Amino acid sequence: MSTTENPTSHESEHTTPESFEDPGLPYHRPRRADVDPKAEKKAERQVAALFAVSIVGTIVAIGSYMALDMTDEIDSIRFVNMMIGLGIFLAMIGIGFGAIHWAKTLMRDHEMVEERHALRSSEESRAGAIQNLKDGVEDSGISGVKRRPVLVGTGLSALLLAPLAVLWPQIGNMGADWNTSNFGHTMWRKGMRLTRDPDGTPIKASDVTIGSAFHVIPEGLNELEHHKIEEKAKAVVLLLRLDPRDLKIPDDRKDWSFDGIVAYSKICTHVGCPVALYEQQTHHLLCPCHQSTFDVSDGAKVVFGPAKRPLPQLPIAVDDEGYIIAQSDFHEPIGPSYWTRLKDTSDGMHADDSEGSSH
Amino acid sequence: MGARVNTAAAGTANWVDERTSIGGFVKFFARKLFPDHWSFMLGEIALYSFVVLLLSGVFLTAFFVPSMTIVEYDGPLATMQGVEMSEAFASTLHMSFEVPGGLLMRQIHHWSALLFTAAIVTHMARVFFTGAFRKPRELNWLVGFTLMILSLAAGFSGYSLPDDVLSGNGLRIIEGVTRSIPIVGEYISYWIFGGEFPGEILIPRLFTMHVLLVPGLILVLVALHLFLVFLHKHTQYPGGGRKDTNVVGLPLFPVYTAKAGGFFFVVFGIIALVAAIFTINPVWNYGPYDPSPVSAGTQPDWYILFVDGALRLMPGWLFDIIPMEWEFWGYTLSLNILIPALILPGLFFGFLALYPWIEAWATGDRGEKHVLDRPRNAPVRTGIGVALISFYVILVMEGSNDIIANLFHLSLNDLTYFFRIGIFVIPALAFWITRRLAIGLQRKDRELVLHGKETGRIVRHEHGEYQEVHEPLTDQERWILVSYDDIAPLEIEPEYNDRGVRRKGYRWDHFKQRLSRIYFEKRISPVTPEELAEAQHAHH
Repeated sequence: MSTTENPTSHESEHTTPESFEDPGLPYHRPRRADVDPKAEKKAERQVAALFAVSIVGTIVAIGSYMALDMTDEIDSIRFVNMMIGLGIFLAMIGIGFGAIHWAKTLMRDHEMVEERHALRSSEESRAGAIQNLKDGVEDSGISGVKRRPVLVGTGLSALLLAPLAVLWPQIGNMGADWNTSNFGHTMWRKGMRLTRDPDGTPIKASDVTIGSAFHVIPEGLNELEHHKIEEKAKAVVLLLRLDPRDLKIPDDRKDWSFDGIVAYSKICTHVGCPVALYEQQTHHLLCPCHQSTFDVSDGAKVVFGPAKRPLPQLPIAVDDEGYIIAQSDFHEPIGPSYWTRLKDTSDGMHADDSEGSSH
Repeated sequence: MGARVNTAAAGTANWVDERTSIGGFVKFFARKLFPDHWSFMLGEIALYSFVVLLLSGVFLTAFFVPSMTIVEYDGPLATMQGVEMSEAFASTLHMSFEVPGGLLMRQIHHWSALLFTAAIVTHMARVFFTGAFRKPRELNWLVGFTLMILSLAAGFSGYSLPDDVLSGNGLRIIEGVTRSIPIVGEYISYWIFGGEFPGEILIPRLFTMHVLLVPGLILVLVALHLFLVFLHKHTQYPGGGRKDTNVVGLPLFPVYTAKAGGFFFVVFGIIALVAAIFTINPVWNYGPYDPSPVSAGTQPDWYILFVDGALRLMPGWLFDIIPMEWEFWGYTLSLNILIPALILPGLFFGFLALYPWIEAWATGDRGEKHVLDRPRNAPVRTGIGVALISFYVILVMEGSNDIIANLFHLSLNDLTYFFRIGIFVIPALAFWITRRLAIGLQRKDRELVLHGKETGRIVRHEHGEYQEVHEPLTDQERWILVSYDDIAPLEIEPEYNDRGVRRKGYRWDHFKQRLSRIYFEKRISPVTPEELAEAQHAHH
């Protein structure tokens, strides 16, 4: 023995054994019901009573279902459900406790011993198994005297390939058009008005007071026949107005905002939750899912949390009637990152350029 | 009457046996012995809540419409009147408010899902801490591990079916995580959602997964799990007469039929009681899925919290300078998502799945182990277990950091900073403290064996010395404290043989030896009869 904390290697006396001896099964203590007929009777009555509780429970459950009326009131609906539930509770718990009480007080509780057998098969059956497999391999020609390597090769290849005949079309169909470059675009276009979520009424620049925040959807989203929810999932925007003195604007985004009004994608650049909590005092936007925090006064930069990139900004302007409009789509994909995100970023820029000049 | 029933039973038994030879099975099963211990009920709770899930789930499928077709709500719920929602959400409202007992069944289903996952995790912890995963049960550990993963899949897919705001945001997180996988992520996302998120096909797909694929797999694996339990025979805690070569317990029929069968009804009854009284997942308050709103303080079901916590914990910028999302050669690699959502759970679960082998390398023991360890007698394993639990708990707490911050008036950001450091420090501390505690308990056991129990009786000897009378342990009590394996670190053959040739496989052996030293370098050996005799001699 190496470094035991309690070295035990003393010279042993001849009288003491190496290790303690198993004292065997402990003495079995009889229960009260085993020795006292009164206790036995009492236990029997208790078990019967518990079973009776179960029967009552079943009656309560069915009776509540049949007798109680559900009106349109939430409270009445809840009451019916609760009564049925309590009935089921009694119906089940009565049987359960009854059976367990029966087992614990009245059934014989003398522990018994059963020997275990090693799981390993006997040498004989192992040898037999190997022989059988060998015979089978020999008979089949997989190997041995009459080897048929061509059959084995083609057979294995066929087996490996055959699942593809089913899986390929199935998996192929499951991803619709597989056009993942859709991640890079939203329905925002030049001149599209910013409208309120969910009713779709346009927003005048004069409605947006300093400190206020609007949840925005693109004009026409509610009228979409197809993919309305997919488009909404990408296009939602937060429109905020800050005191222009608080707003830090980089040179290349000088004309993306209007008099302190800025619009940012509402979809978190982390894993895509809506960044819905705006703290007016600090100009911080907080994602409630994983608490990425963005500073809207400074280009929606990440100030805390797991997101790495700022929220994409939607360039906005004001039309002749005073309504806020988009200048273009976002200039980069919104939402969480993905492997080819940068490719879609440059695509988006090209699309915008070709659509015309900005204000 | 009794005689007639007997003849009828005998006739039926004969009829069945002549067609199935069931007699042999009944003979084998009826008096099979099971050891008794409360901790063996944890797995039963998991099994029974699964049965309750199947029963209540069948009820729900009778009313649930797995469709994302948009309809306008027209039902008793005034707050939802005229709101656009998917048929999935509308049918969930319908079964909750227009089907008597429907709301109850939904709540029974949801509560038993929470109990199912909780019972599996607790059962797994019991198996871990008592060493019940050792040979020959390594395969059954893997089966159980897979069941645990499947229970998460079952839970998450079911949670998402009502198509409410909360579960929809959960799915959006899944979509974001899927997208972050390098190269194929975008395509996996399209494959799952049938195009762009959320698409119109996900709920039907999840429905099939939830009512067919996952429960089917769970059923098969539960059958395999139980078959292996029968094959191996149940483990038992140490005690007089309990050996690795026997099993001591009470027979399946009638005692365990009554106890375990009765326990099913108890579990069902308690789930029904909780479901009758406590609302869970009131989707009618959240509203149908809409990609725009989300509310603060919302949580996924508890078993997903650890992933959410990991996602929250991971900074997007390390020390505010090093970005955790890398852009190179025109591609984007989102480590801030990959690490917490995929790599970390992968490592955590991978370690759990492989644990029986890791420990087997360290012990080098090839024998079958049917007598369980008391956790204190495996200090390193117990330490590792507590470290894993503390790691998990930190992630769960970070997943509820907004609620904790609110409750205790703490800063949300400070909590996250604390957990960012804690995730490294606390599990290490937990390991060290637990191991010390276990060793301390072993020492206390030695004390007890050597000097007996304190009786509180003080005796004054003739020469004026006061001494407390110690009462020696009974044979049974002592046996529990001394009958554990005393495993020494592995001894391996030297690297070079006597002719200076390097031995094959030395590095693997060396690794196992180092592992073994971590486990067994510091250990407390059980008291030997000789030590006891010496101690008793010293007393008198």
